[in-house]
Order: sequence, then C-alpha cells, then structure tokens
Amino acid sequence: MSLTEIAFYVLSFLAIFSGLAVLFSKNPVHSVLYLIVTFFSIAGHYFLMNAQFLAAVHIIVYAGAIMVLFLYVIMMLNLNSVQEDKIATWFKMAAVGAAGIFMLVVVSLIAKTDALQASTPMAENAGLIENLGKVLYQDFLLPFELASVLFLAAMVGAVYLSKKELAN
Amino acid sequence: MEILPNITINHYLWLSITLFAMGILGVLIRRNAILMFMSIELMLNAVNLALVAFSKMHGDTDGQVFVFFIMVVAAAEVAVGLAILMMLYRNLHTTDTDALNQLKG
Repeated sequence: MSLTEIAFYVLSFLAIFSGLAVLFSKNPVHSVLYLIVTFFSIAGHYFLMNAQFLAAVHIIVYAGAIMVLFLYVIMMLNLNSVQEDKIATWFKMAAVGAAGIFMLVVVSLIAKTDALQASTPMAENAGLIENLGKVLYQDFLLPFELASVLFLAAMVGAVYLSKKELAN
Repeated sequence: MEILPNITINHYLWLSITLFAMGILGVLIRRNAILMFMSIELMLNAVNLALVAFSKMHGDTDGQVFVFFIMVVAAAEVAVGLAILMMLYRNLHTTDTDALNQLKG
C-alpha cells in the first residue's frame, strides 16, 4: 500500500468513527470535541486532494470559529451535563432504517452507473490561493459580493434575536 | 477513475455518503437542538467532500469555489440558528425540540 492509500484509509476511519461518536455521546461537549476531530480528518482529505487553501480555511472556519461558537452556547446554557434523550426504541429503529435506506439507494445508484470518466487531470497548484483567488474574483464575483450581503443579514439577525427584549 | 494513486472517485463518494447518512441519523435520533445542528454540519461537510473530490477528478477549481460558498452559508446558518436556540432556551429553559409543541392542534 502506498502512503496516500494508508493516509486515505486512516483519515476515513477517523472521520467515520468520530462522526459516530458525535451522534452517540451523552455529553454535548464531547460531541463538539469529536466533531472537531471529524473536521480535522476532512481537512486532511482536502490536503490529499491538493486543495491546500481549502484545507486551511476549513480548519480556521469550522474548527476555529463555528465549533467555538457551539462551545460558547453550550457553556452559556450550562448544558455540560448528561441529558438522556427520551426517544422510543421503535423510533430509533425507524431512524436507523431511514438513514440505511437512503444510503442503500445512493450506493446502488453509484454501483449502477458506468465508470465515471474524467475530462482533464488537475494541475498540481490548482488548489493554491493564487489560482483560487483568480477564479473567485473573475468568474464568481457576483456570488462573492452576495455572500457579504448574506453575512450582513445573518449578523443583524443574530444580534437582533439574541439581545434581551427591552421593557416597554 | 483514479483521483489519487489506487483511490478512485467512488471511494470518496462512499465516504461522503456514509457521513451524510450519519448526519441524517443524528437529526432523527437526537432531540437536543445543538446535536441536531452538529448533525447538519456533518451533512454539509459530506457534500463539501464530494464536491472537492469531483473538482479534483475534473481538474476544475469551480467545485472548490462552491465549497467556499457552502462554508459561508454554513457559518451564517450557525450564527442565526444558535441565536434562535438562545431565544428558545430563554423562553422554555430547555433545548429539547419536543418541548416546541404549542402549535400542535
């Protein structure tokens, strides 16, 4: 086995194992920490696929910003305790069945398709910030600007929702 | 089609599908709103992984740019969603989504 193969299987195992740990941890803080492990292994996959800038952004945005936000909310709501979900066993079985059937459908879809053909091999440096920046600011300028509007709206909404209501 | 030595696009698609199905499972079997949010993040990441794999396969960076935009939407969604969660906790003193039954007929 080559080094990339070993890296792929190790990262995949880590992602799936810690993903399952997210679902089945009783303590929400443990779930957050396992989710960070999942994000790091996905960032490792991006490195493997020559998307270096994306890997860096993924770690900064997800592990750095979003998960810290989750931890802050858990801390502020004081959810750092074991809370049992009261869900009937038949409902859990049905949920596992639904997710399993979804997986079965998509896997069989892929198995039935002909081998996927690639058009052109990717350039070695395509995932670097220089090339991605050119694509982002030339071909995707309007979506990029709209993303900033979306962020502004999200920021206003978050501030409005979370501020205490003033007494009339 | 190999995108890495001995690793085909199908390997990455299977990994992506597994992560996505785990996200669906998480939304269905957990009643804690924060855990449901985390499962949604897991699903978004599964899609991102598939997009990057296809981008690598086709030698086109457009897929990677789409991943950026998905990250943008995910960040905005988490900011607003957690603010709603704070409101929910302030009013109901729980994050259990089963407590939200006042519109039930």
